[in-house]
Amino acid sequence: MSEIEIKELTKKFRVKEHTVTALDHINLSVEKGDIFGIIGMSGAGKSTLVRSINFLETPSEGQVLIDGVDLAGLSEKELRKKRSEIGMIFQGFNLLEQKNVIDNICFPLEIAGVKKKEARKRAGELLKTVSLEDKEKAYPSQLSGGQKQRVAIARALASNPGILLCDEATSALDPQTTESILQLLKEINEKYGITIVMITHQMSVVTRICKKVAIIENGVLVEEGAVDEVFETPKSDAARELILEKKNEYLPVEKLKEGRNIRIVFHDNSSYEPLVANLILNFNRPVNILKADTKNVGGKARGEMILGLPAGAQLQDEMIEWIRQRGLSVTEVGEDV
Amino acid sequence: MFDEKTIQMILEGIRDTLYMTLVSTFFGYVIGLPFGIVLKVTRKDGLRPNKIIYGIGDFICNIIRSVPFLILLILLIPFTRMVVGKSYGSTATIVPLVICAAPYIARVVESSLNEVDAGVIEAARAMGASDLQIIFKVLLVEAKVSLLNGATITTGILLGYSAMSGTVGGGGLGDIAVRYGYYRWQTDIMVITVLLLIAIFQIIQNLGSFIAARTDHRKR
Repeated sequence: MSEIEIKELTKKFRVKEHTVTALDHINLSVEKGDIFGIIGMSGAGKSTLVRSINFLETPSEGQVLIDGVDLAGLSEKELRKKRSEIGMIFQGFNLLEQKNVIDNICFPLEIAGVKKKEARKRAGELLKTVSLEDKEKAYPSQLSGGQKQRVAIARALASNPGILLCDEATSALDPQTTESILQLLKEINEKYGITIVMITHQMSVVTRICKKVAIIENGVLVEEGAVDEVFETPKSDAARELILEKKNEYLPVEKLKEGRNIRIVFHDNSSYEPLVANLILNFNRPVNILKADTKNVGGKARGEMILGLPAGAQLQDEMIEWIRQRGLSVTEVGEDV
Repeated sequence: MFDEKTIQMILEGIRDTLYMTLVSTFFGYVIGLPFGIVLKVTRKDGLRPNKIIYGIGDFICNIIRSVPFLILLILLIPFTRMVVGKSYGSTATIVPLVICAAPYIARVVESSLNEVDAGVIEAARAMGASDLQIIFKVLLVEAKVSLLNGATITTGILLGYSAMSGTVGGGGLGDIAVRYGYYRWQTDIMVITVLLLIAIFQIIQNLGSFIAARTDHRKR
């Protein structure tokens, strides 16, 4: 039995006279102890999906089963109990601003009616887990983003949940802090065997800690599998886009199938000559610039350009040779660029 | 400057003004706070949206608030007489003050509660908090500073209204100002009462702001 099982989940919202389908017949199962990534562009429906797992959003159709229990069949009280067994952290941390760190961590226990002394003890242990022992009395406004997320993680773990839902938990953090939070989540997963579901739009987050990944596009689950497989051989367009991480760089290469695409990297002094212009003048044939990017690396310009060469194998070879003669490295790139 | 009798009268005026202001603020909150919470809970983005309850509450609020206080004061004379037995004096003034303040307070409370970050409420729901727990442990706690500021403003307004009730025999400093300043042209007493009202207002405002700032943990 899977720990989380989502069956034919559909969520529709009414916006004025229109009905928007945020999630369209999603099927998903997450096994105990997994770190499961759900990735998609913003507006893909992934936040709605994660909120359906603890019924913060009630599905329009379909089922959500936690340890085999259908959440739709629970009374309000039972549902609240179930929610307390599922921790959740957010992009905006959502800490209580008027409570200090220790009271924030105690909060879910206070709600559950745990005795104050007991709650404090548990909170103290959790502060150690998230390495914030010295911040016990601090208020959220005195903490950095990373520290706030650590408090939020400690708070989410307070009631010993079997599942931790992370809604864009690292999206508001800088890369280094993101790394440390991901590391912490991984440790928690290994130490307590807690199942983690991560919602993100960053492929780097998924490749860093997730074992499995599901890709959501326009409310539809388009691809699912082990992270390394999906990363190496993405089958859907959405997956390819996310792996390139920038939508604009995804190229309409389909149209250029007859041609050949090459990637040139410019080094230190090679960018003085107007290379593309001369190439065109020399061969009197058009060349398509598919991508051009320059980076300042340690004070030196490093340029990358992807060119689509016109049809004709001999011409293409001559062009490549011509570029090589100018001391530039040329690599052929596939259709996906 | 003043004889003992006048001083005695002014001191009683201060006492009556404080009595009217503070007691009406208190009872105003007894009614207005739950009223404001109901508005917050039933509004369309609230915990339990309910068009009918919100609509009725909203309507009552707007009706009472659109009647000028002085007119409300006169309008409520029969009701006041029913509640406290007479229609003049400090205690009698408290009745219209409370009626006037309650819907105003409800609005102030509603808007303070609206300031609470929806994310924090969602986090509490995700922890399994009930609606009542969210109201008492999240909304009221997180909105504390804003609520205190609202209470300070409300108290200041009621101080002003209590003085206004002097025109119809309400008691307190406003009553003295009307009787001596307006009817008898005793400018010195008039000036003194105005200065005292300013001083009381300043004390209320500063004390309220001080307490609010002291309890705020958001910045430091």
